[in-house]
Amino acid sequence: MTTTTDMNADSYVTADGRTIGPVVMDMKNITLRFGGVVAIKDISFDIREGEIRAIIGPNGAGKSSMLNVISGFYKPQEGEVWFRGEKRPPMKPYQVARQGLARTFQNIALFDGMTVLDNIMTGRLNHMKANLLQQAIWKGKAEREEIANREICEKVIDFLEIQHIRKTPVGRLPYGLKKRVELARALAAQPSLLLLDEPMAGMNVEEKEDMSRFILDMNDEFGTTIALIEHDMGVVMDLSDRVVVMDYGKKIGDGTPDEVRNNQDVIDAYLGVSHD
Amino acid sequence: MSQELAAAGDFASVPALLARNVKKYGDRPAYREKEFGIWQSWTWAEAAKEIENLALGLLALGIDRGDHVAIIGRNRPAHYWAMIAAQKVGAVPVPLYQDAVAEEMEFVLDHCGARFVICGDQEQVDKVIEVQENVKHIEHVIYYDKRGLRKYDHSHLHWYRDIQEEGRVAHSRLEGEMAAREAELTYDSTCVMLYTSGTTGRPKGVVLSNRNIVESAKNTSEFDNLGLNEDILAYLPMAWVGDFIFSLGQAMWCGFCVNCPESPETMMTDLREIGPTYYFAPPRVFETQLTNVMIRMEDSGDLKYALFHHFMDFAKKGAGEKYGMPRRKVTTQKKTLEQKLRHGFRYAMGIGFAAETIVENAIRLGFAKLRHGKNARKHFKAKDPLGLKLYSGKAFEYFKYRCGDVLVYGPLKDTLGFGRIRVGYTAGEAIGPEIFEFYRSMGINLKQLYGQTEATVFITVQPDGEVRNDTVGVPAPGVEIKLADNGEIFYRSPGTFVEYYNNPESTADTKDPEGWVATGDAGFFDKVNGHLRIIDRAKDVGKMADGRLFAPKYVENKLKFYPDILEAVVFGNDRDMCTAFINIDLTAVGNWAERNNVAYGSYQELAGHPDVVSTIQEHVEAVNKSVAEDEMLSGCQIHRFLILHKELDADDGEMTRTRKVRRKIVEEKYAPLIDALYGGKSEQYIETEVTYEDGRKGSITATLEIRDAAVVGTKQGMAAE
Repeated sequence: MTTTTDMNADSYVTADGRTIGPVVMDMKNITLRFGGVVAIKDISFDIREGEIRAIIGPNGAGKSSMLNVISGFYKPQEGEVWFRGEKRPPMKPYQVARQGLARTFQNIALFDGMTVLDNIMTGRLNHMKANLLQQAIWKGKAEREEIANREICEKVIDFLEIQHIRKTPVGRLPYGLKKRVELARALAAQPSLLLLDEPMAGMNVEEKEDMSRFILDMNDEFGTTIALIEHDMGVVMDLSDRVVVMDYGKKIGDGTPDEVRNNQDVIDAYLGVSHD
Repeated sequence: MSQELAAAGDFASVPALLARNVKKYGDRPAYREKEFGIWQSWTWAEAAKEIENLALGLLALGIDRGDHVAIIGRNRPAHYWAMIAAQKVGAVPVPLYQDAVAEEMEFVLDHCGARFVICGDQEQVDKVIEVQENVKHIEHVIYYDKRGLRKYDHSHLHWYRDIQEEGRVAHSRLEGEMAAREAELTYDSTCVMLYTSGTTGRPKGVVLSNRNIVESAKNTSEFDNLGLNEDILAYLPMAWVGDFIFSLGQAMWCGFCVNCPESPETMMTDLREIGPTYYFAPPRVFETQLTNVMIRMEDSGDLKYALFHHFMDFAKKGAGEKYGMPRRKVTTQKKTLEQKLRHGFRYAMGIGFAAETIVENAIRLGFAKLRHGKNARKHFKAKDPLGLKLYSGKAFEYFKYRCGDVLVYGPLKDTLGFGRIRVGYTAGEAIGPEIFEFYRSMGINLKQLYGQTEATVFITVQPDGEVRNDTVGVPAPGVEIKLADNGEIFYRSPGTFVEYYNNPESTADTKDPEGWVATGDAGFFDKVNGHLRIIDRAKDVGKMADGRLFAPKYVENKLKFYPDILEAVVFGNDRDMCTAFINIDLTAVGNWAERNNVAYGSYQELAGHPDVVSTIQEHVEAVNKSVAEDEMLSGCQIHRFLILHKELDADDGEMTRTRKVRRKIVEEKYAPLIDALYGGKSEQYIETEVTYEDGRKGSITATLEIRDAAVVGTKQGMAAE
């Protein structure tokens, strides 16, 4: 239990030398209902600055709903969301995005007819201040803004090694690359908290390895805090600093990968146990 | 010696040439690299500053005279600068192949005794760290791309920019030392050490002096009229002598700009954007591009398809050679009014005829479609524009070529990135006559050269206007050639290497005291035009059991000219008949399968498909026919063959990194298959170990079908002689 006492400190250094800061996102007693169906039941957990936080659980456990609560798409009936030490009032997703959150989707949500570069540029939308008239005139502010934002997008393209498809329409790309483009779009927003909904679903081993490397490098290079949902246990256990385990809308485990792996409830949920 | 120095203009080393370029062309672009979607460029003055800072930084780290500096990475200006920086402080750069696995790298790093290693990125650093367990003399590792390396132990690991910064700070302290070491460089001091790809056994370190590099660069630049305005794309492995001479030697001598692609995957896009004027590619690249063009033409509209074939057929009949070749020298002088008018007229005619051709053929195609419906492509042939009929003979051909230039050749060249090429070279392997003809007829001045690392590339080259597919040209300027009794080629030139590093026996074996170097290739001079013609490696040219000549490469090349066949290995030395392994080309055969609704799940399945085997059999029999025409080599007809279930691969050691087949290893690895070929079996089971790109191993099994191929009867008695 020494590790957990360590973790309660304001900030600590992990074994591989990364500094994990204080709590940025704190979910307190969240309950989410759709009519009579309870999707999430009284769940609390926090996400710390600079960490990779995984949410796992069997199908229908409420993981994606949880992510949607964080991103402001769903409004929980009960409970509070605290972001950077302040209680977050009910917000529209775009307002949440302006606070520095970005996400990717389980089912790819890109603009198929647009090129990779254009898709990534849409990630910069919140950072563009020029109004319609200035955009129409173009010279001056709009142009300067475009150049500055393009530069950021190019850095992301370089980082994710997708230079060769920069000008390719997204619709023509294979699945694995589309996933990467979606990640690029989220990264282009320069988020402080990045939500990844099953970033490795449907990928082969090599693509998974690449994606894992990108997630680690992202966390390392930009210090981005990452919350991710993933089914591949190997990936989750290798990547994440802490893991939340959900089952039937309830939290059944929370801790380091090792702790979670040895948690009896988690083992039951994954391997199955008779419900008397 | 003094005479030579004068000839090279007293620039006895690469750093000296750099200093000259800074003085003469200081504000002209020297290097460009595409990064973040934009071509970033450095002038000669800026590049020299970067090089100087790095050189000073290396001095601050304690680099000694004669130290070897290994450089591992893709083509980037920073890596070229590292080579020159090493030279500036009296050290010797040793570029390595970046796609080599750690074990391959270990031998070279151990052999050259490098104390400094400059890596491109994390991948290379990881390999070097792995190697360091056994190779203890590596002291400092410098990397250029920071990514992912933050958490590494930095006691002996340094960032390229940090080293440059240190050099900048220590400028006044170390400048004198650097200048002194630079002044010590002579024509005979080592310029670079390059490792041979090791077709046979261990790689050998070829030591090339400044004389080798500067003289070769000078001679060949003059031969091809290379000048200040060339643009080249540096994309071939830096460890290869060709890249060194093109991107460093000739670029330094002429002062032209070296462009580096953004990443290996974007090479083709970058090629288009730069539009090089001077280009080198191995035959394989041209082959792949031609295959792609042909596949895409199959998918194009009927009108485009018909026009493409109409004009390509015309160009191949010699019109391309006559009217398409680019001018020999790019002039920056302004055109006179007359030239402008003539130029304008030529293009106006071309455009006029082109417009008419399109309209006329589109109408005819419309009628063809009415009559034949979806089969119109088969029945429709494009025609020349009506207006052209007014002209006759030469004028007709000339205007037709200009018309084709506007419609087909120009756009196609532009798409391929060859729009501005004045001089293009291919070497390393024989190039298929069809491929060669295709590019030349479009007006690309593609030529062949013959060379090797030990000769600083150039042994023979084809002069403009004397280009043929089956020869490799006349001796390059300054090169003398003699042929031994068994046909082996020997040469002597200013580019002849100094020695193999730490390997006097091999040096003595290859280079005799008079400076003649054995190439190991057998060939003869063409009686008609005096061009050299290569048959095969001298040691691969053998005798069959009945004494007839056996030249496997000759037959393999003929086989490889078929787009369906990627690689072929022919056996038959000391045997009574020849047999062959064949690798199919997945792109070409896969495309065929798609068109003919042949389903396949893997390379192996496609390779074993009966229809594919039959097609290959037809190719083999056609080759047999053409081999039989040559009486000396008629014994090399292939009696039996099989299609391999996997591609021969460098990772499995079956090929060199430059994709040449390692005959011995293939022979050992597939011994059961060879036994089956000679044992008269009709199929054979085999289990093969394969290595994946990340170094893991696996194995695949297959049962391969063996077929007999028809051979043409030969006149026995004459062939034996």
